[in-house]
Amino acid sequence: MTRTNFFDLSCPSPVPDRETVQLAHGGGGRAMKQLIDEIVRPAFQDPELDRGHDGALLDVNGPLAFTSDSYVVRPLFFPGGDIGSLAVNGTVNDLAMCGARPLYLSVGLILEEGLSIDTLRRVLASTRGAAVATGVRLVTGDTKVVDRGKMDGMFINTAGVGKIVAPSKIGPESVRLGDVVIVSGDIGRHGIAVMAAREGFGFETPIASDCAPLAAPVLALINEGIATHCLRDLTRGGLASAAVEIAESSGLAIALEEQAIPICAEVKSACELFGFDPLHVANEGRFIAFVPQEDAARTVEILRRWPVGKTAAIIGAVEESPRGRVTCRGPLGVRRAVDMLSGEQLPRIC
Amino acid sequence: MNFRDEYRDADAARRFANAIRGIVTRPWTLMEVCGGQTHAILRFGVDRLLPPEVSLLHGPGCPVCVTPAEYIDKAIEIASSRNTILCSFGDMLRAPGTKGDLFAAKSRGANVRIVYSPLDAVTIAQAEPDRDVVFFAIGFETTAPANAMAAIHAKQSGVNNFSMLSSHALVPPAIRSLLEAPGARVQGFLAAGHVCTVMGYREYEPIAERFGVPIVVTGFEPLDILQGVYMCLRQLEDGRAVVENQYSRAVRRDGNEAARRVMREVFQVAPRRWRGVGDIPESGLSFTEAYADFDAERRFGAVMTRDDAADLCIAGQVLRGDRKPTDCPAFGKSCTPERPLGVTMVSNEGACAAYYRYRSLETMDAAQ
Repeated sequence: MTRTNFFDLSCPSPVPDRETVQLAHGGGGRAMKQLIDEIVRPAFQDPELDRGHDGALLDVNGPLAFTSDSYVVRPLFFPGGDIGSLAVNGTVNDLAMCGARPLYLSVGLILEEGLSIDTLRRVLASTRGAAVATGVRLVTGDTKVVDRGKMDGMFINTAGVGKIVAPSKIGPESVRLGDVVIVSGDIGRHGIAVMAAREGFGFETPIASDCAPLAAPVLALINEGIATHCLRDLTRGGLASAAVEIAESSGLAIALEEQAIPICAEVKSACELFGFDPLHVANEGRFIAFVPQEDAARTVEILRRWPVGKTAAIIGAVEESPRGRVTCRGPLGVRRAVDMLSGEQLPRIC
Repeated sequence: MNFRDEYRDADAARRFANAIRGIVTRPWTLMEVCGGQTHAILRFGVDRLLPPEVSLLHGPGCPVCVTPAEYIDKAIEIASSRNTILCSFGDMLRAPGTKGDLFAAKSRGANVRIVYSPLDAVTIAQAEPDRDVVFFAIGFETTAPANAMAAIHAKQSGVNNFSMLSSHALVPPAIRSLLEAPGARVQGFLAAGHVCTVMGYREYEPIAERFGVPIVVTGFEPLDILQGVYMCLRQLEDGRAVVENQYSRAVRRDGNEAARRVMREVFQVAPRRWRGVGDIPESGLSFTEAYADFDAERRFGAVMTRDDAADLCIAGQVLRGDRKPTDCPAFGKSCTPERPLGVTMVSNEGACAAYYRYRSLETMDAAQ
């Protein structure tokens, strides 16, 4: 019979299960350090992160754009993207809309206890991939873990800093009467793709999200001297929300032409099926630009050089009245009001 | 895009509008029955293409709007009970009952899930055998067969924890009731194409004959509606009153026999109260004896409907076509989609919602 020696008892490893995220991973101790050292840092590969300090030290001259966003998309993976690439692209796009070259991002991870480490790895790899694709660095971050059932897998919070490169202020206050409204590509893919993935609709032709970085085409517009008065990326609430916000802020009227708005056949079909207005459906890789009439054709030509801008089109113009409102001329030539969604987009019954 | 863009063609629309102008010799009042048609008319501005002699009234064909408030109260009560899940079409969640809507109940912890198909609710019941899963089954003849299918599927699969809070409505009795009402103004109907896809249009023939009103089964695209209006006016001008089928690419005289069989297996005709409109005999569906076990009212208590409270909201008159949404003093002021006084302001098929969404330019500016 062997005699147990108390001093030989070995402590269990702080993280007995290496397959899933545990509460200990957010506890601030050894387990958290392990998660960051073994999973997060290798995925992000940035020297600033490797310094292991409380914050990143950055060297930026001149005016900056600074933005923050949170990502709670469900499901985490959807055709055309995932929560990681979405977080990077979404933040990069907000910076680009300010006329800034995106430089640095923070990534705050909020993880649900029980999330598989493999899922985390895949999301982090995709996060890094999106950052590399845009030339933005992931320089600081944070990790928290919450009890199982308190959230849905993982959330990501980001902040981003970019250097302003536009020669004049880009924003609703710069919109001028007679400006032309241009959309960078066909609308509605992201909203339909995520809804289809979440609800398990098997469309005959699967629709992939338009999730993509927009910094390159925006910087090209600026570099080529297009007088970009205002830029706005189309996210939740769709083209309608973006246009209404700008009309209200600028106090001018935006007149859209429904026939000119590019929408792919699959998104059209899905919208007909559910009773959605495509103008309300979410996007994650599209923007509208307000430019003077004389720059309009060249803007479209520049945007079309990029895969995300292949279907860029002139969709409307800025008019004087009705002030602060958006209208849309339909296929029969009758103009209707366009408003923001009232609440959530809900499918009709029949 | 096939079966969509060609029905929104501007030249064809102009030709129809001209043809309509060419045959109209005096004022006529038509009603489109379905809320989907109302939204298409407002969204595309179909009414703007019509000559001033022709007025379109909007009918009661919005299933969310005509579901009595007490059913929503019951749904909230069920969703707030222990160990239950209430599944509903999304459009129902914003509809106010007497004490708030399902969205608000959900935020207070009630177990409400949006489903896209009634069969999804059965799947949830199978996955959660320890909970009572109730599907809020509302709709007209278009939706009833799919809802019936869910009960049949549950029965065949031995799913005992599934039931339906049923509030179905039938269109022909509602048309009859509108025509019997004193001072009825409607001279011709555009019947709801999708309802007739299931039911066919035989049951409309005696109505057209008895009341002397033309009824044209009509689709939902702008050109469908314009053609439906043309066919209806042609009859009126010629002094005829029969049932015609504009929506022939989807509707046959006998409808879809398989869907009707499924409906008959689970449901039988019953009296029904329509929110804002009142009691209409033989205008609802109750469960057949074979499917009585799937009646949520048997499990959770019967719904007691009361007379609608008289208030500022004129939803009832809007649903009967007596008044337009913009006739309402509350429209766009104390009643908006964010803070609705009536369901017609929030449902995707509600007439007030259509006016608010697509006509707010004129109506708001006029109000100011």
